Amino acid sequence: MNFDLSPLWISSKTAITSTIITFFLGIAAARFMKNKKGKFKVFFDAIFTLPMVLPPTVLGFFLLVTFGKNGPIGKILFSLGIRLIFSWPATVIAATVVAFPLMYKTTAGALEQIDENILNAARTLGVSEWRIFWTVAFPLALPGIASGTVLAFARALGEFGATLMLAGNIPGKTQTIPIAIFFAVEGGDMSTAFNWVFIIFLLSLVVIILTNYWTTHGTRKVTTGGRR
Amino acid sequence: MELIVDIEKKLQDFYLKVNFKCNNSILGLLGESGSGKSMTLGCIAGLIKPDKGNIILNGRTLFDSEAKINIPIKDRRIGYLFQNYALFPHMNVEKNIGYALSKSSASERKRIIDEMLNIMQIENLRKRYPHELSGGQQQRVALARALAVNPEALLLDEPFSALDNHLRNIMVKQMSNTLSKYNGVTLFVTHNMDEAYELCENLVIISKGRKSGEGNKKNIFKNPPSLACARLTGCNNISEVKLLSPGVIKALDWNLEIKLPEDICKNITHVGIRAHHIRLAECEEENIFHCYPIYTCETPFRRQVYLKLNEFYNINDDYDLIWDMPSEEWNKIKDKPVPWRISLEKDKIIIINEKESFANLL
Repeated sequence: MNFDLSPLWISSKTAITSTIITFFLGIAAARFMKNKKGKFKVFFDAIFTLPMVLPPTVLGFFLLVTFGKNGPIGKILFSLGIRLIFSWPATVIAATVVAFPLMYKTTAGALEQIDENILNAARTLGVSEWRIFWTVAFPLALPGIASGTVLAFARALGEFGATLMLAGNIPGKTQTIPIAIFFAVEGGDMSTAFNWVFIIFLLSLVVIILTNYWTTHGTRKVTTGGRR
Repeated sequence: MELIVDIEKKLQDFYLKVNFKCNNSILGLLGESGSGKSMTLGCIAGLIKPDKGNIILNGRTLFDSEAKINIPIKDRRIGYLFQNYALFPHMNVEKNIGYALSKSSASERKRIIDEMLNIMQIENLRKRYPHELSGGQQQRVALARALAVNPEALLLDEPFSALDNHLRNIMVKQMSNTLSKYNGVTLFVTHNMDEAYELCENLVIISKGRKSGEGNKKNIFKNPPSLACARLTGCNNISEVKLLSPGVIKALDWNLEIKLPEDICKNITHVGIRAHHIRLAECEEENIFHCYPIYTCETPFRRQVYLKLNEFYNINDDYDLIWDMPSEEWNKIKDKPVPWRISLEKDKIIIINEKESFANLL
């Protein structure tokens, strides 16, 4: 049997890379939104959350228009000699955009849960906002951030629609597992499809177990700074 | 050492407008919950921005609406003891106390932490986490953390409200002890008159966002300058009055004519009598009234008797006065025939001039 493993490597590479990017972008966005109020907040929250509710094909379409040869960003890249669409980085962009809202939402929720008095206490002690964030807010939000990361990873791993639109189906280059499954089924190659389905199934199961572990065994006991 | 506060802020339910000065002795802000006292602390610490006014600490302007000065929280050098203590839950006691000392050298940091642990008598807890501590221990750690950075002022926001009675008494003593060694401005916010009396020398009474009295605690308790002060200092029996003739007033809510010295009758709007100052009349004296007990409340060592004056009719458990007495006394008088004769002594009657106190403060 000639089973091409390249989709697994491409998928893993894509999922890991986009998870790392999403991790920082999501935390940055959540932190940025933390102390914002009013219409401004509602607007940005909607923008940040949109990729989660839009159909992946619509998202892929937007990305294609943006990064295409005649798109605003694509034009600049093209003039620098970079052709983004139908390349491996395109899979990363698609996965990142799709996974971002999960990371952002979970992190924002976790930051929201922190007793504001704890942060205020740190402020009255004369500590800078930056240090407070990394030494108090981040550790306290860690269970949430961890499960956000896992969810983002799972979403990036399973990304299909936007990836297909932006990166296409180039075996050995942009063909990820979900795309491989689709084309295997389409081509009548059920055994290959089964193999990939099994692998995705296993990975997803591990992800769910990890998420549950982090949310229940996380640092729950230390979410308040005083009397309960 | 001086903190000058004069701020205004529009809130949902009322308009906060307070001004006071605080120097070496501990100043207590006494007010009901929701009267704006915690809000005032928040403004001083910089957690909340007032609409108008200024805050000056030791000659340093922390906030001035006209000069557009609003020093950020971290540069105010004001320690804040939160109601729920707000310890860092993921750090042990040592790290909590030393958290803000990152600029000091390691040895200096250790010295300060040790000193703080020693002052608070919590050396044995240094490796514990906040969730492993009792309420009283958490409070000590929070106070140690606040004092470790040597703030110019210390704000205490209802620090004892989470503790049970026994522990509260111990902690008030300890706090009093610790604060006597602290040489900064201390502001203590509470709704509990006993705590305020025990811990503070001077009091500012806040009611619905306004200052309704200030001064030495003994004075405030003896001669409450306003209705709100009288209530907050535990006076249960208050009546509006009308001047009948020189030296005689009518307490409208009680339907009583009370004789008082002429000079104090002039500007009087309300009178009050503390529940434990009522006593059984002995012989012929002034201001003796007939009353009927309606019902009583029993606590382990005392008895509160709800009295109806003049006539006995018991609709809706309607009462005029609350009389508070030790259980022993209750046992002596409970079987006496009604009506009872009670005496409201002149020097125990609280005289309130609400108009004047308002005029002074607005």
